[in-house]
Amino acid sequence: MAKTILTVNGIRHELDLSPWVSLLDALRDRLLLTGTKKGCDHGQCGACTIICDDKRILSCLSLAVAKNGSEITTIEGLGDDDNLHPLQQAFIDHDAFQCGYCTPGQICSAVGMLKENRATTRDEVSELMSGNLCRCGANKGIIDAIMQVKDGGHYE
Amino acid sequence: MNNFEYLQAADADQAINLRDKDINAQYLAGGTNLVDLWKYNLTHPAALIDINHIGINNTITENPDGGVRLGAAVRNADTAYHPLVEERYPLLSKAILAGASAQIRNMASNGGNLLQRTRCYYFYDDQVPCNKRIPGSGCPAKTGYNRIHAILGTSDSCIAVFPSDMCIALSALNARVNVIGLDGERSIDFADFHRLPGDAPELDNNLKTGELITSIDLPENGFKDHYSYLKLRDRHSYAFALVSVATALKLDGKLITEARIALGGVAHKPWRVAEAEDFLINKEANRENFSAAAELIVQGAKGYGDNDFKIALAKKAIVRNCMMALDPSSQQPGAQPSA
Ligand SMILES: Cc1cc2nc3c(=O)[nH]c(=O)nc-3n(C[C@H](O)[C@H](O)[C@H](O)COP(=O)(O)OP(=O)(O)OC[C@H]3O[C@@H](n4cnc5c(N)ncnc54)[C@H](O)[C@@H]3O)c2cc1C
Ligand code: SF4
Ligand code: FES
Ligand code: FES
Repeated sequence: MAKTILTVNGIRHELDLSPWVSLLDALRDRLLLTGTKKGCDHGQCGACTIICDDKRILSCLSLAVAKNGSEITTIEGLGDDDNLHPLQQAFIDHDAFQCGYCTPGQICSAVGMLKENRATTRDEVSELMSGNLCRCGANKGIIDAIMQVKDGGHYE
Repeated sequence: MNNFEYLQAADADQAINLRDKDINAQYLAGGTNLVDLWKYNLTHPAALIDINHIGINNTITENPDGGVRLGAAVRNADTAYHPLVEERYPLLSKAILAGASAQIRNMASNGGNLLQRTRCYYFYDDQVPCNKRIPGSGCPAKTGYNRIHAILGTSDSCIAVFPSDMCIALSALNARVNVIGLDGERSIDFADFHRLPGDAPELDNNLKTGELITSIDLPENGFKDHYSYLKLRDRHSYAFALVSVATALKLDGKLITEARIALGGVAHKPWRVAEAEDFLINKEANRENFSAAAELIVQGAKGYGDNDFKIALAKKAIVRNCMMALDPSSQQPGAQPSA
């Protein structure tokens, strides 16, 4: 067991973890933050995307012990029912989901993408969001929602 | 999946010594390939040595010879977006950004990218034989489903391809790989880094056991005026290449004075053919000459059934990409073909 300190959504947690526990399992099973989803567990879908030290990464391919000392934001840390993050509101406005399983990963990924600030056109946004699959095919709404926030200037 | 120990190395010496103590220990960089292979029960590390905190290889710097040094621990995304790389080696930047996804590029390191393993379906299935996984067990891909497999440089024992995009650009740029091991440091030409399968497909490259990649050196000439990376795949994005091409040209008016063409998705290593590149010197940069070069590059190509299409596809991709290299602004996000 290794002592691992993770600051998740602003709260510091000290965990005793086996080295093989993924960051995804630590978040879901130990911290009970089940907003982050396990889709493939192999880096192929993006459902487990979280923001770690300001970068969007896949929690399923990250070992929690290797993230000792990191600051992590999950979907639970972005907004709440009374105070939605602009991207959460935009996803509602644009019907950017059907089953909702990919949504937390999509939104965290979009937060990371906007922070990276590397996309200008819709095609570029699409390309930089390609690491998040949506098996319901809500992709058009997802990109519409992101474009609304990106171009609407609601984002800081 | 087996259990393993987790160790952190403070510097390169400590890493190689920890690795030397335990033959079954492995270096952990971004983990995007290693953790995945471990979850599929395809690799069984007794310990993972975290090399993300070895200060020296975390930077991108200029070399005295006018080139640039990419630290092995620098993330693929940070490399692609680094001003020195974007401005002087845009071919490398484009190739990196055509690989994997934004999240994976934020995690993946430059060293790890060179050492990623094949995506052969049989290699990934621990219930079937595979010479790369279990030497001598056989190669079901040759007579099985082999749509993604190699057409060049194959052997009786393996027809797998090396799946990296970044390495196709590094190959075209004549990069060098700097490594350190118990015997000291050495520097390896990119052309000699990866290997063809021959009768030892379990070896992907010529790195010695326990050697640590510290950095990658790019020569001064970055071909920033005439370059292009094209990646053809089954989906629009976030898929490995069926065929990819990195082209770098130097032109004097319409005449080609230097040419580099590297192919990905077709062999066990990035594929370059000196004869084709020499042929282009002092020729006009046009479709006809690029077609002739393409013929020379795929000379000797052999299909295995499902992947026969790659031979024609590779030739067309080469010509298309060389034409795009004449006007790099015609390149699309994600190295898609231009409209
Ligand atoms: C879903 C998915 C899609 C992908 N698509 C693409 C794609 O389209 N194109 C592409 O190019 N790549 C693609 N990749 C692969 C990705 O680029 C590699 O997994 C990544 O580059 C590996 O880097 P890493 O730092 O995560 O390596 P790790 O997984 O940490 O390590 C890989 C191997 O290298 C060894 N190692 C790492 N660093 C060093 C070092 N400095 N010295 C010695 N040994 C070292 C490790 O011990 C291990 O054996 C994809 C990956 C996934 C999961
Ligand atoms: S092609 Fe190579 S990796 Fe694939 S099954 Fe054959 S031996 Fe294994
Ligand atoms: S669960 Fe991590 S990418 Fe699918
Ligand atoms: S909304 Fe169902 S997977 Fe995207």
